[in-house]
Amino acid sequence: MSRPSPVQPHLWTLLTPKWRSALVRSREERADSRGRFLLLGFIALLFWIAVFGIAFRVLRYFRSVEEIGNLMAGKVLGVILLAFLSILLLSNIITALSTFFLAKDLDLLVAAPVGGVRLYLAKLAETIVHSSWMVALLALPIFTAYGIVYSGGLLYPFVALAAFIPFLILPAVAGTALTLVLVNVFPARRTRELLGLIATGAVVIVVVSLRFLRPEQLAQPEGFRNLVEYLAVLRTPTSTFLPSEWTASMVMNWLLRVADPWPVAKLWGAAAVAVTLGALLHGQLYSLGFSKAQEGAERKVRRPLRGPLSRLLRSQPASRREFILKDLRLFFRDNTQWSQLILLAVLLMVYLFNIQSLPLHSGERVPFRLVTLISFLNLGLAGFVLAAVAARFVFPAISLEGRQMWLLRSSPLDPRAMLWSKYWLGTVPLLLLALIITIFTNWLLHVSGFMMAVAVGTIVLYTLAASALALSFGALYPQFGTENAAQIPTSFGGLVYMMSSLSLLALIIMIEAGPVTEYLRNQRHAEQPVGLTVQLVTAGAAVVLICVAATIFPLRLGLRRIEMMEW
Amino acid sequence: MIRLNQLTKRYGRFTAVDKIDLEVPSGELFGFLGPNGAGKTTTFRMIAGILRPTSGTVEVGGIDINRRPLEAKARLGFIPDRPFVYDKLTGAEFLRFAAALYGQQGVVVERRIDELLELFELSRWKNELTESYSHGMRQKLIISGALVHRPEVIVVDEPMVGLDPRSARLLKDLFRQFVNRGGTVLMSTHTLEVAETMCDRIAILHGGRIVASGNMSELQEQTSSEDLGLEDVFLKLTGGMREHQLDTILDA
Repeated sequence: MSRPSPVQPHLWTLLTPKWRSALVRSREERADSRGRFLLLGFIALLFWIAVFGIAFRVLRYFRSVEEIGNLMAGKVLGVILLAFLSILLLSNIITALSTFFLAKDLDLLVAAPVGGVRLYLAKLAETIVHSSWMVALLALPIFTAYGIVYSGGLLYPFVALAAFIPFLILPAVAGTALTLVLVNVFPARRTRELLGLIATGAVVIVVVSLRFLRPEQLAQPEGFRNLVEYLAVLRTPTSTFLPSEWTASMVMNWLLRVADPWPVAKLWGAAAVAVTLGALLHGQLYSLGFSKAQEGAERKVRRPLRGPLSRLLRSQPASRREFILKDLRLFFRDNTQWSQLILLAVLLMVYLFNIQSLPLHSGERVPFRLVTLISFLNLGLAGFVLAAVAARFVFPAISLEGRQMWLLRSSPLDPRAMLWSKYWLGTVPLLLLALIITIFTNWLLHVSGFMMAVAVGTIVLYTLAASALALSFGALYPQFGTENAAQIPTSFGGLVYMMSSLSLLALIIMIEAGPVTEYLRNQRHAEQPVGLTVQLVTAGAAVVLICVAATIFPLRLGLRRIEMMEW
Repeated sequence: MIRLNQLTKRYGRFTAVDKIDLEVPSGELFGFLGPNGAGKTTTFRMIAGILRPTSGTVEVGGIDINRRPLEAKARLGFIPDRPFVYDKLTGAEFLRFAAALYGQQGVVVERRIDELLELFELSRWKNELTESYSHGMRQKLIISGALVHRPEVIVVDEPMVGLDPRSARLLKDLFRQFVNRGGTVLMSTHTLEVAETMCDRIAILHGGRIVASGNMSELQEQTSSEDLGLEDVFLKLTGGMREHQLDTILDA
């Protein structure tokens, strides 16, 4: 019996389950806790205001500088968009792998008589939304600041949108095409891990090259031989063939009233051609790629991880020991997880390099106030790095048990043992990192023995608390459904954890800064060794108390939450 | 022994399990049947201590699982309906971990792991990551995980899904021998032939309540259907197929 070709579903129909699910999820979350939603809105607003404020001040300053100001504004926009473009490209490659090859709805869609172009466009739209929303949110206050400072007028939002949409489409098409090719070469599961490494490597290269190229030199015109050379650098487009340059030109042309249709034509023309070519490539490669994506799980174990470590944990009860070994195995066998360590090492190197480059001991006498200020700033920065590392590695610990929690909960494993294992497994490496950062940077800063002791004591106490906060907030706001560990810290709970741990850090520094500075000043001017002051001892005791409380109470809260969890 | 007393689970206004009373003594294989959404999995997850009841109690081996969870769970082997295991552990590592959760380790556990893997024909894949296992292999691995610590009570949700006929037969024999040695098995299944041939007693759950329970003749008696098999009894209790609806769909 011959049947006519089925009518193709509308593109919107294919996207309906996605937006409907998102709508229901957001309704559920709102119903769950109105307070949480309000808090999130408030944080987002604060963040936008901060980004807008910085952009506004910088642009107003540029505008006040004759000749160079407008060039600088355009250049800065180009650089920002270039950074966005690299983030978008990486993000699209990884997202496309999920949306095009691993998503749960694909069996249904691929088995249905849906045309290749429809499927491509629906999945491309999904990829763009997933990979670009954060960049779009970040770009909003920046574009707004440009519009206000340069009096863009009522039509400016539409112009900015018209410049930004193809800017999002182009890296999505490129990322999708690259993923399509990669999946045809490697199976999707292996590709995901491979991409984790590619992404990490790319970020490492970007960070290192940005650091060693020293972009801050642009802000120091005295470093150039003459003004003409400086202006020539500013006038030269950073990247003529990249959409970031076209978008920046389109926006700046509108703001500076320059009639040049080329950037618009390039952006939209390139987007149209890219989508067409992307659809053609999809038609050629998708079917085989999707089939390959269903294959290829890893079979062999690369690191059995028994022996020395097992012996080291011999004194622990079997459940605790095997729990720790299990977590270590899962971490080191998952490329997407351990590869983050490379990134961490590079960031650490850049951090130490920056501290070493500070012109504090280059011959001139630096005021005492500045050295003390930098010591505390360094403490704050080290604390920030540790909080961020805990967010990445400790916060997801409970969520990662995810679908396997049935095993833990139906077994007689004491939730305390689970929490204990996870806490120390996260805290010990974090403590090592904290000590390396603090001792090494303070040594580079040539701080006094007293300041070194204060910094080390503070960072140890703070690390214990930050790790407890990360683990507990991870238990309070678990993300059991997620398949990607890297996404867990960017959830609402991750945000609340970062806010809490950074507030704790700020509080500690505020308590310590006054008495410690006062003590150091007295010690500097006195001829005899100065004894500890009452203020200093009180501040020290307060910090110890706060940190101990910030370690114990969250852990208790986390434990109670784990005990009450249901699946 | 498993004892449920007025066990209830509510999700908001929806009652998934409604005041269930049940006792499964040692040495009995008990079948738990019901249509989709009847509350079987919710009940099993409460027995395993994964879900907390809204009200009522669960006792495993005479111990209240909510009051003394660790002692009660130590007697239990739970096999869930979906075989989620850690992808990046090998089969042997998973079983070693499962045993350790029950405080067991050493040579005895290693020997037990080898025996179980041999029994379920997984020895070849012992040192391979479970992400390369098929659905059936994962199912066999979690069954092994539930047996590795020698439980007194097994609670198993849909054990036959994904198993080949040979493994299904093996599992039936295993459960029968387990109860013959004094163990207790509470099993849910949609395969009524399996329930009819394997189970000593059966309860039929519908809308969160037990609508009938007992051995086959008691079920027939309770439903006044002396000549009918389990399938017909089940359909009679849970609402059978409406033939005119089928006609409408197939003729459309």
